[in-house]
Amino acid sequence: MNPEPLQSTSFLLSLLIWLPIFGGLATMAFGNERAGAARWFATGIAFLTLLASIPLLTGFDMTASAMQFVENRAWIPAYDIRYHLGVDGISVALIALTTLTTLLAMIGAWTSIDKRVAQYYAAFLILEGLMVGVFAALDAMLFYVFFEGMLIPMFIIIGVWGGPRRVYASIKFFLYTFLGSLFMLLGLIYLYLKGGSWQLADMYALPLSATEQMWLFFGFLIAFAVKVPMFPVHTWLPDAHVEAPTAGSVILAAIMLKIGGYGFIRFVLPIVPDAGAEWAWLVIALSLIAVVYVGLVALAQDDMKKLIAYSSVSHMGFVTLGTFIAFALVRESGNTDGARLGLQGAMVQMISHGFVSGAMFSCVGVLYDRMHTRMIKDYGGVANVMPWFAAFVVLFAMANSGLPGTSGFVGEFMVILASFQAHPLIGFVAATTLIIGAAYTLWLVKRTMWGEVGNAHVAELEDINPREAFVLGVFAAGVLILGLWPKPLTDLMEPAIANLATQIAASKL
Amino acid sequence: MNMPVRSAADLLPILPELVVILGAFALLMLDLFIDERRRVVSHLFAIAVLAVATFMVATGVGGQGTVFNGMFVRDTAADVMKVTIGVVGMLAMVYTWPYLRARDLYKGEVSVLMLFATAGMMLLVSSGSLVMVYLGLEMLALCSYALVAVDRDSPLASEAAIKYFVLGALASGLLLYGLSLLYGATGSLQLDQIATATQMRIAEGNTLMLITAVVFIVAGIAFKFGAVPFHMWLPDVYHGAPTPITLFIGSAPKLAAFGMTYRLLEVGAPAFEEQWRLMLAILAVLSLAIGNLSAMVQTNLKRLLAYSTISHVGFLFVGLAGGGREGFAAALFYAISYAIMSAAAFGAIVVLSRRGFEADRIEDYKGLNARNPWMAGLVLCVMASLAGVPPFLGFWSKLAVLRAALQGDLLWLTLVGVVFAVVGAFYYLRVIKAMYFDEPEGQAIEASDNRPLRIVFGVNALALLALGLAWNPIMTWCQKAFAG
Repeated sequence: MNPEPLQSTSFLLSLLIWLPIFGGLATMAFGNERAGAARWFATGIAFLTLLASIPLLTGFDMTASAMQFVENRAWIPAYDIRYHLGVDGISVALIALTTLTTLLAMIGAWTSIDKRVAQYYAAFLILEGLMVGVFAALDAMLFYVFFEGMLIPMFIIIGVWGGPRRVYASIKFFLYTFLGSLFMLLGLIYLYLKGGSWQLADMYALPLSATEQMWLFFGFLIAFAVKVPMFPVHTWLPDAHVEAPTAGSVILAAIMLKIGGYGFIRFVLPIVPDAGAEWAWLVIALSLIAVVYVGLVALAQDDMKKLIAYSSVSHMGFVTLGTFIAFALVRESGNTDGARLGLQGAMVQMISHGFVSGAMFSCVGVLYDRMHTRMIKDYGGVANVMPWFAAFVVLFAMANSGLPGTSGFVGEFMVILASFQAHPLIGFVAATTLIIGAAYTLWLVKRTMWGEVGNAHVAELEDINPREAFVLGVFAAGVLILGLWPKPLTDLMEPAIANLATQIAASKL
Repeated sequence: MNMPVRSAADLLPILPELVVILGAFALLMLDLFIDERRRVVSHLFAIAVLAVATFMVATGVGGQGTVFNGMFVRDTAADVMKVTIGVVGMLAMVYTWPYLRARDLYKGEVSVLMLFATAGMMLLVSSGSLVMVYLGLEMLALCSYALVAVDRDSPLASEAAIKYFVLGALASGLLLYGLSLLYGATGSLQLDQIATATQMRIAEGNTLMLITAVVFIVAGIAFKFGAVPFHMWLPDVYHGAPTPITLFIGSAPKLAAFGMTYRLLEVGAPAFEEQWRLMLAILAVLSLAIGNLSAMVQTNLKRLLAYSTISHVGFLFVGLAGGGREGFAAALFYAISYAIMSAAAFGAIVVLSRRGFEADRIEDYKGLNARNPWMAGLVLCVMASLAGVPPFLGFWSKLAVLRAALQGDLLWLTLVGVVFAVVGAFYYLRVIKAMYFDEPEGQAIEASDNRPLRIVFGVNALALLALGLAWNPIMTWCQKAFAG
């Protein structure tokens, strides 16, 4: 037994992971009878977690590309698995998004859940801790544990508090993601057997042949494509979204989908860069199909949540497009600046989509709490009775369609610019989203918000209360700040992105 | 060559087994003088005997070595298996007592049979010769047949016992035939001598009889494990036997079967490793496929768990097929975690049943979360672990066998395993779905009012989570068992 080198200098990441998990377990102890106390306690824990993530932002050295706040301990020496945590700019941005969105989702769901409240809030807290763990893990097996551990709480959230087809949706969600990640598990085991280590840094340095890279690439692709989700494995998402309770949809769209994009950036790009370059065309093609085809599918929906779910798939297409366009640029024309632009665009799009989709689902939640229907045809003229609410909806709709000045524009614009540098046709197809996205979003607004008051139920609606206004207000602030002044975010991520661009430029063959 | 036992000191390595066997005899006598109301004494006595024996193995009392001219071998591998067998055996006894007592089925013989069965398992995993293999196996098997029939008035249990006996005897016959061929071809009963003799036969190019022997031995092993296509007895026996008996025969004997596999194939026939690895790989695929697909359509939880056992045996064989030290370490780890998991799974049924009501249909679990969130949470842990979701123990055992198979260049086998792991997850989810998503209906199920039983089940289920976060000692131990 060698004494472990004392590398850990910070417990902040552990705190961010375990505070919500233990908080969630403690919340369960309240039982379903003391719902109010459980609600306050859980929200308090989520608030403390958000506070704890502030030192992560303030203490982060924005000039360094190395991992920070590192914790590295032996966990399972028999299999060389380590409890190894650390963050770069990309992770910090996603962790901040996680802690903020979880708190907002919990506040937003304050009155909409009255069944088994303690368990509901507990599941969200546990989920939060696991998601932070995913973004902070630097050991592949530790990552996998957090990655898969999320399945059970999310399965329960959809299945217990979801809509009428919740059972179907929850099982579909579970099995799709379970299958995807098991193929990745095989890939990770292979990398471990070859390199003798689960550490991501060692996997980055491991030379791999073209055939090995191809197999690993497809293992990763299946896992992360299901999570993103990419066309054609996206079909679980509309079901899960529609049936999940509002807060579940918010967390799913705002954070869990990002784990797929994060996985591509953390695993695929640096571990199998050559296979990534080889098969970039495939991912780019699937992304474009997602952007255009799934966008058109969104146009045809008559369920608000389903429409936003399909729009999420379409927007996440930009994330994968931006990520893989970087390959095309850096490998074929040595255009590193373009590659960085694409990667930055993908990351900004992820954060922005976190705010926008979270906000959109919260808006649907506001309506659903009052009317208990998600069908577009049941609404109409809501702006007449809920003017404040309508103002928020229009702002988020603008962001969803990518209007300049909102966060939705920044990421999409960067990805489109990078795509034009790779091939004008790719850029052109990607740019059609500005029309399709505007079409389905604005049409949704027109049918629900504008016009005459649709029916007697709509006429009786009350405008948002201060609690709802607070949640939507924070989302709105995020959307606007990111849209008008994205520089702090891009500065935060720049060193990590630059590092990534050099990693994918270097061949491992 | 022939070294008779010169002094009692030569017998020291076998001391734990002697404790169990003598304890069982003592209990047999003692039981005559205990009246029905104080039957708990024989129950506690049996647990104490097993606890002493397990403690002796774990702390190395008696030391390692061979006894009876190499018929009995005590090495690290044997110790690891025996400690687990002892612990899981005690667990099974704790579950058995309140269940059988509430149904007026508890006889002193139950404890005696369980002790003898445990002694059989301990001898089996320590066997150094073909005779000891067969002796240990039959000692385990005969006690198991009788235990299944402990509820004499239940037609289901009697049918299960008969089936178990007939098919078990057939399996023993197959195995015995294989062993006799092995003996005939090599002229030795000692496993280590057989290993050297096989090398010579192969050098002479004379392998037909040996290959035949290996085929029969693998078939016998597959029978005892319940691997497809030798699985026919398993669902009926698991379903028909009283639940705590199912728990007993479904948990620890898997370790004994693993020990037998190790002794016969790895110690006795390493020369044919290529062949038996392939055979085990094929059995693994069949077990994974048939076990998982059949489990999907079950409505009875005991039958579901029986078919899921078959699929878990498939996973265990995936590890064995990987071969080498890592393969055996992974398979042993799998057997240990499966023994703990299946004890918890059947334990859940035991805890939630009461006299006149068996909680063995999936629909019985509907709405359990609404009635008893704590119990539902524990069952959730068990099901998640069986499905192989991290961080539960069941995930790590799957990781270990997949790793072993990849190390043995069996990528195709791991792909099959992964696909069927997803199929398997589906039916465990059905149980979780019933507990959490459905509303309560029909007869209310409630946890047993026996506090020790509830506590033991709670510890058993939470151990799956705790060990899942700290499985390093078990794995290190398993690796050490095959390091030499």
